[in-house]
Amino acid sequence: MGCDAGAVAAAIREAAAVITEHRDELVRLDQAIGDGDHGENLKRGFGFVVARLDESTPDTPAAVLKLVATTLISKVGGAAGPLYGTAFLRAATALGDGPELTPELISTALRAAVDGVVARGKAEVGDKTMVDALVPAAKAQGSTVGEVLRAAADAAEAGAESTVPLVARKGRASYLGERSAGHLDPGARSSALLLRSFADST
Amino acid sequence: MKKIINDPTTIVADALRGMALAHPGLLRITEDPAVVARADAPVRGKVAIVSGGGSGHEPLHGGFVGPGMLDAACPGAVFTSPTPDQVQAAVTQVDGGAGVLLVVKNYTGDVLNFETAAELVAADGIDVRTVVIDDDVAVRDSTWTAGRRGVGGTVLLEKIVGAAAESGADLDTCERLARAVVGNVRSMGIALTAPTVPHVGEPSFTLAEDEMEVGIGIHGEPGRSREPLADADAIVAALLDPILDDLPFAEKSRVLLFTNSMGGTPLLELYLAHGIAERMLAERGITVERRLVGPFITSLEMQGMSLTLLRLDDELTALWDAPVRTAALRWGA
Repeated sequence: MGCDAGAVAAAIREAAAVITEHRDELVRLDQAIGDGDHGENLKRGFGFVVARLDESTPDTPAAVLKLVATTLISKVGGAAGPLYGTAFLRAATALGDGPELTPELISTALRAAVDGVVARGKAEVGDKTMVDALVPAAKAQGSTVGEVLRAAADAAEAGAESTVPLVARKGRASYLGERSAGHLDPGARSSALLLRSFADST
Repeated sequence: MKKIINDPTTIVADALRGMALAHPGLLRITEDPAVVARADAPVRGKVAIVSGGGSGHEPLHGGFVGPGMLDAACPGAVFTSPTPDQVQAAVTQVDGGAGVLLVVKNYTGDVLNFETAAELVAADGIDVRTVVIDDDVAVRDSTWTAGRRGVGGTVLLEKIVGAAAESGADLDTCERLARAVVGNVRSMGIALTAPTVPHVGEPSFTLAEDEMEVGIGIHGEPGRSREPLADADAIVAALLDPILDDLPFAEKSRVLLFTNSMGGTPLLELYLAHGIAERMLAERGITVERRLVGPFITSLEMQGMSLTLLRLDDELTALWDAPVRTAALRWGA
């Protein structure tokens, strides 16, 4: 496939479908150590994103990601809205206004997105948050866009799994202390789902 | 799940329509984005006090909008913080030219969204300050968590700062008073049952008939520890002791005691618990000078209660006593 704005928009639609499909799983994960709103909020947010893409497809990959960012920031609320919004916004800025994605641009955008989430949420690897999935993913490289995204998805899935034994130190799960151990972090899981859906779209 | 609803996805908007009809002349409510504002806003030359948070804690925050308290509240989805554009819309509606104070409960989502909103509003040239309240002593090791949560103390803060703004205090004074409340208020809660979030459809956690969750938050997030259900004396002691340990309430301290229902606990039990708390405080030589008893910061239909203690001085007491006219708190006006 090509990597123009249309392809990126299609990947975002696919991501929305994946989030909808996994909504109940994310709700259950969040109920275990949070308040159960993560699956519903993300589904609602990506629903708005798809509605806006239906109205018009922006003409560069960066513009598509910026649309995703502003929609998530303004519609989701919770911690996920501003954190994912920041990620997509930073990625959009890193891409510049070129019409096509390259493997190098994807790597750069991933790093920028993850740096943004770390700065905004002030979480570190090991805090049992989406950062545990995203930081390893940001190191992904490859000779094609698909290779980079598959490496990122693999790393994010391993990173998400690594949150299971951890004791949460950020976000609502942190109030549980030791009782948060033994559960997969819902934010790390949704990050891995999104990256896998992007990889599968290429 | 048994609830009086039509559609879990429109519950907040549907409730806001009813709220607007229930309080004509007092509230002006817009739906997209959702903002509950006092009907006479903006009040020229007055500092505007704006708060907000997830829905499901009613009457917080919309029930505290009106003369002498909040100028506007931003209700998010159930247990989900409002969005930055919602907060920006609220501020724009109620800014009377004297600046705006944002009252934010300390949760990751609320802080992130209000932070973003404050940047947007400041870019519009409005003098905006933010005060984060974190009064929940149940969260012990703040260094290793998202920090203490904002709970019952929020109600007292909004009343006191709202009174100051109504009397003409400037933004610096309002901010100073808000920080004074944050520094002198502590809370702790317990749950006997779990709430059911409408779009989830099942209880947020399970407690056996003979168990209680001590140190519960207001979102059905589990608390400090799960204990065998105890009698009222033991429950009140389990809430008061950590509060008194945390903030030195010296003998002869003057306090406001706020006994709050989490939604499902009836007033009969709440007054019973309040009586015990007053007795225990008297035994320690602490003078309860002001009280608030009722469901004011709730967690949907959760059974449970919280206690909040605020150390009073003459200034805070006078502001507490000042007239207020909102849907949920009303005296002297």
